[in-house]
Amino acid sequence: MLNDLLTKKKNAILKRWFQSIIDTYHPDAANFLTKQKDRFANPVGYTLTAETENIFNALIAGDFTEPTVSSLENIIRIRSVQEFSPSQAVSFAFFLKKAIREELKPELKDVKMLEELTNFETTIDRLALIAFDIYSACREKLYDIKVKEIKSRSYKIMERTNIFIGNTEQEENNDNS
Amino acid sequence: MSERFDKKPDELVQIDHKPPRKSWMDPKVEFRRGFFNYSANPKSVEYLGLPYARKWQPTDADWKLPPNWKEIILDGLRERIHRFRSLQLFMDICVRCGACADKCHYFIGSGDPKNMPVMRAELLRSVYRKEYTAAGKIMGEMAGARELTVDVLKEWFYYFFQCTECRRCSVFCPYGIDTAEITMVGRELLNLVGCDIDWITTPAANCFRTGNHLGIQPHGFKDSVEFAIDDLESIIGIKTAPSINRKGAEILFVVPSADYFGDPHYFGFLGYMALFHEIGLDYTFSSFASEGGNFGLFHSHEMMKRLNSKIYMEAKRLKVKWIIGAECGHMWRVLHQYMDTMNGPADFLEEPVSPITGTKFENAKTTKMVHIAEFTADLIKNGKLKFDPTRNDAYKVTFHDSCNPARAMGLLEEPRYVLKNVCNYFYEMPENTIKEQTFCCGSGSGLGTDENLEMRLRGGFPRGNAVKFVKDKYGVNMLCCVCAIDKATLPAVVDYWAGDVGVCALHELVGNALIMKGEKERDTDLRGEPLIGKEGGK
Repeated sequence: MLNDLLTKKKNAILKRWFQSIIDTYHPDAANFLTKQKDRFANPVGYTLTAETENIFNALIAGDFTEPTVSSLENIIRIRSVQEFSPSQAVSFAFFLKKAIREELKPELKDVKMLEELTNFETTIDRLALIAFDIYSACREKLYDIKVKEIKSRSYKIMERTNIFIGNTEQEENNDNS
Repeated sequence: MSERFDKKPDELVQIDHKPPRKSWMDPKVEFRRGFFNYSANPKSVEYLGLPYARKWQPTDADWKLPPNWKEIILDGLRERIHRFRSLQLFMDICVRCGACADKCHYFIGSGDPKNMPVMRAELLRSVYRKEYTAAGKIMGEMAGARELTVDVLKEWFYYFFQCTECRRCSVFCPYGIDTAEITMVGRELLNLVGCDIDWITTPAANCFRTGNHLGIQPHGFKDSVEFAIDDLESIIGIKTAPSINRKGAEILFVVPSADYFGDPHYFGFLGYMALFHEIGLDYTFSSFASEGGNFGLFHSHEMMKRLNSKIYMEAKRLKVKWIIGAECGHMWRVLHQYMDTMNGPADFLEEPVSPITGTKFENAKTTKMVHIAEFTADLIKNGKLKFDPTRNDAYKVTFHDSCNPARAMGLLEEPRYVLKNVCNYFYEMPENTIKEQTFCCGSGSGLGTDENLEMRLRGGFPRGNAVKFVKDKYGVNMLCCVCAIDKATLPAVVDYWAGDVGVCALHELVGNALIMKGEKERDTDLRGEPLIGKEGGK
């Protein structure tokens, strides 16, 4: 029953959800993020639009699998390097609760419906926890990249100065033995 | 960090994720780790004879500015307004139409309105209005005028070092305002009071001392070339014999220093040497003009001129006829747009003519300097080279137009023509992300530091997004480009945004595919990776 309602009001809920995410950006950027539809000219807005819809579809289908995690990743990868604290970066998952509650306000007077929603919100909580894992993974990726860059910058210099040429040969010998 | 944990429980639950609304006139910025560059090492500042060398960092409350800093900046602005008519025009003619607003990769990636090129320019323009326009003097903020304060200066530092001078915005400006030039002047003014960044100043100091950004001395340069000769021989079975500082060579070949020290640049360096050997080019390197790049461009007009002067000086000393320049980005902005009037005329050189094809490079008539992609494209067009493109079959390639070769010199078709001849799998990224509209790597103009990584990744998002698109659609696994900064910093961008896509030089792919007289049967590409079908060795 809740699912039917969520499906019926999908567009309105998504609009609210999207708007609440856009509100985390500076008001002067909101117009651009909302109105520019070209996915290459506005990759942030496009990703938010496309992936919130994918996530919502998966939630109401009860199909919370790898593609949904990828959708979450695509959003969080962006927010991990923007002007957000960790909590702000993943907060958008909770905004879905608010969007649904606001959109279904009249229907939620029905206790049964409210119970169903409580259950549904547990899935959103799960979404938020996975979002936190992804955020951490994105930040770890940043540190990996930093290390890789430093290694790559110094590799040739060390190679030229024969600092580890010997070690490399040693490793090759070990591999062959 | 501590501030957040000091909150009481009831304060913690009051979450408002909306950013505070504040006027653009409010200059306060927060210098967060990952989003700014460190200040210049005072030794480098002193070495270059620049003023106000001192220890300070952007995160310090007190930047230890000279007591008369405001006077210095305003005098500097006045001087530049009179010196550069373009600057005066750019200050006066912007109607704030917004055409540029959403074209900057930093704005697209961050949503920070002060990354809109029009707004970044307003940071300087507002002070200009206050000082130079009647309306600004009388009406102040109502006329968009601001007093120059320490916070405004800090804001300039924050945002003028968040512009990569890529000039994508200027493509869309109906008045032709070049916001990069506004950034350049903004940085010059900051430098007048010793607010330089290290990744510009130290490479510039190195370059002034040894001829290249890395500070490699002539014997080190010679070692590097000899190392490359050995590496190349082990792959192609031919000992090439490039010369260094050879007087009377026909051509001086100038490369960015990353080409002989960086990864993946180095494989392109091997490609140049293989190519020149195959056609029997009479060329020499110079151990003093051992850097094509010019970080002076990111510092000031004077520094750019100082660092650039070595190229013509070495061409004159070595008595060459003309110059070929290698794959580099901003190097070509300097060579193509400034060198001729800055350190020219190079009337001691000849108009470049390819000794192999006889083609006159009329576009380089005054500068006497030809881009290697043009040179190679001409060789191919005239049937002077033989290729086996299957040697690049491990790569599904896309091409990133490096900002300066694309927008500052119109080098759009030559690299593509070369690519289509040397590899079988080439796929374009979407139209509004390439050629004149190409998206910057996000790390140009001296911003490619590890301390600035998050900011670089934000700025690199539009490019990374387009790479991911062709990776998902066509299975692209190699991003080819013709800029040393791209090669150094795009690996991070594609790793974060697209994953599993390599970065390579155009001439790495040329060197892989080039069939050379007397070569041994190739088992590997220039990276030493086995060719397809040769994975098990011979």
